[in-house]
Amino acid sequence: MRGVAGCGEGDLEGNFGEAEPGFSPDEAVEEAGRCLACKKPGCVEGCPVSIDIPAFIRAVAGGDFRSAARILKAENMLPAVCGRVCPQEIQCEGVCVLGVKDRPLAIGKIERFVADWERENGVELPPVALPSGKRVAVVGSGPSGLTAAAELARSGHAVTLYESLHEAGGVLTYGIPPFRLPRDVVQAEIGAVLSLGVDLRLNHLVGKSVPIRDLLSYDAVYVATGAGLPFFMGIPGEHLNGVYSANEFLTRVNLMHADRFPEYDTPVRHGCHVAVVGGGNVAMDAARVARRLGARATLIYRRREEEMPARRAEILHAKEEGVEFLTCANPARVLGKDRVEGVECVRMQICGEEQDGRTWFEPVEGSGFVVDADVFIVAIGTSPNPLLPRCLEGLECGRLGNVVVDGEGRTSLPHVFAGGDVATGAATVILSMGAAKTAVKAMNRMLRGEG
Amino acid sequence: MEEVLSLSERVFQLWIHAPHVARNAEAGQFLVLRIDEQGERIPLTISAVKGDLVRVIFMTVGKTTGRLSMIPEGGEIRDIVGPLGRPTALQTYGTCAVIGGGVGIAGAPFIARALRGKGNRVIGILGARSAPFLILEDEMRGACDETFVATDDGTKGQKGFAADLLRAVVAREHLDAAWIIGPAIMMKVTSEVTRPLGIRTFVSLNPIMVDGTGMCGSCRVNVGGKTRFACVDGPEFDAHQVDFDGLLTRLRMYVDEEKEAMEHLHHGQCGAGR
Repeated sequence: MRGVAGCGEGDLEGNFGEAEPGFSPDEAVEEAGRCLACKKPGCVEGCPVSIDIPAFIRAVAGGDFRSAARILKAENMLPAVCGRVCPQEIQCEGVCVLGVKDRPLAIGKIERFVADWERENGVELPPVALPSGKRVAVVGSGPSGLTAAAELARSGHAVTLYESLHEAGGVLTYGIPPFRLPRDVVQAEIGAVLSLGVDLRLNHLVGKSVPIRDLLSYDAVYVATGAGLPFFMGIPGEHLNGVYSANEFLTRVNLMHADRFPEYDTPVRHGCHVAVVGGGNVAMDAARVARRLGARATLIYRRREEEMPARRAEILHAKEEGVEFLTCANPARVLGKDRVEGVECVRMQICGEEQDGRTWFEPVEGSGFVVDADVFIVAIGTSPNPLLPRCLEGLECGRLGNVVVDGEGRTSLPHVFAGGDVATGAATVILSMGAAKTAVKAMNRMLRGEG
Repeated sequence: MEEVLSLSERVFQLWIHAPHVARNAEAGQFLVLRIDEQGERIPLTISAVKGDLVRVIFMTVGKTTGRLSMIPEGGEIRDIVGPLGRPTALQTYGTCAVIGGGVGIAGAPFIARALRGKGNRVIGILGARSAPFLILEDEMRGACDETFVATDDGTKGQKGFAADLLRAVVAREHLDAAWIIGPAIMMKVTSEVTRPLGIRTFVSLNPIMVDGTGMCGSCRVNVGGKTRFACVDGPEFDAHQVDFDGLLTRLRMYVDEEKEAMEHLHHGQCGAGR
């Protein structure tokens, strides 16, 4: 009956609950007990926001979850988020000595446990410095902006946090699906940041609703507008109905709740067979959302599975949930008259090595074949949102539209700092948070008149 | 919400209190609003501003516009973001035509006034289905040096289309630039009048949007063979470079869902649904 309905593929339909279970208190204490308490802990160096990992692990091992939360919050106001979405395997856990002979300490899951425990048992706010008398603007309320806002507020500054959407959180809200990062978890951590005294202005697009002269009247500005604009492939048929950028598909479901249409007004095409092109975490998210909307999902990636940039855990989750993988293949054309009726692909073969050491693949001539699909999602990356850089005269930008910053987040404009995806191009939540912390240190020095 | 006015049977005008939008809005820009928690985000052209108030005019074509028309004076709209998009490229061109079609006339007087403020001679052309659907005629006459009106059925002004009036104007005198704002099919047809004459022509595009700030890519249009985003690169584009057929196709993306949403709305109203 419903034009949009999926095809009832599998038992995942409609299940947006958290996919990965967390630790029980006993499990957390037991796991924390495995820590060797290294004299020179590599894990702290592996952490982009420099959490005192051995200290919070020791507190958990001793059953003192309140202290553990305090230690986490000293460096990271979004621990429940980071415990879930950080790529610990290449950070803290990647350098854990336990991993040499056995599995590394599950630092991410312990962090998540502590944050969840605190949320259920009363959140304690870290101390805030006396008012500095300085006004600071933060543009964008994604992970980088939230972190900067929290750190600046703790330093005693009056912080205004601008967000163009109707909800805060940036990619945590519109991008990462709730089965990976539940909404109440994100909301609670945003709430904690706001209770440090941050003034959040939703529906305010800086450069449009907030004139640039108003922005530059602040004593300091931190720009964290993210990697907004989605790339498309530039192949024929990409304008057809049923072709989505991953951003649009995920935003419709995650932010606008299109999975609950028509109770919610925003629709999304569920499809019977959704093809997703890309091999990153966002591609996995899109394919897993498609499965939950009741469709069969096929992931198309031009290289081999081992070259996929997605986290190993995300690839495994996608497979467990029945996402089919089509590797060494690349879409060449989207078929259909008005609507997507299929995706014509070509086989890809290894041709050598690129300068950066990545294997180089090329299409095999005459290898065209058709993937039967009625929805096609493009998840091949995004470029920095051009809106604010366009309005800020004199702001130096790189070739890809990224804001150029030095090692401490300074831009070419005085008093204006930037960090996160708008400076680096699409990266991870935690790297954008680390950039915010580095920039805030430099902003604080500037605001204190120390240059 | 300060004022709700029905301009015709299905066309409504709202003056909304939104200082952050009104104080910064320029001709040619739009806003995105969401009525409530369940609402979708829809883009609407900014039709006029007065102090902290911003005016939008819309036709009730679906669930959201239907609900919007039912909000009483003093009622609230949960979210409004704007002004969005690039403003009209204001310059001293010489003689300009501003052509509004149907509910698209909403955006015409703002553009006309802004162009006239730059010292242009401005000719207004308004086209509507029928006399009761012709909106803002007096305002347009006040904003332009000359204004012509056509209706499809001849109930007001000349019988015919805006394109017919434009054809008569270009036959009579030299035009330096033209703006066309209306339904996609009207913009497609009307821009063909100026193409052979090489008259610089802008159209204000109205594709489906979600965020309206350059994040989702829903509003992509093919302009001159390139993928452009109406929300950040537009909404005004060179009319003679726009792939209107692609735009028209994409505007039909959710026709089935729109019907379903309307059914859901009506069921809800008479208590028969759920």
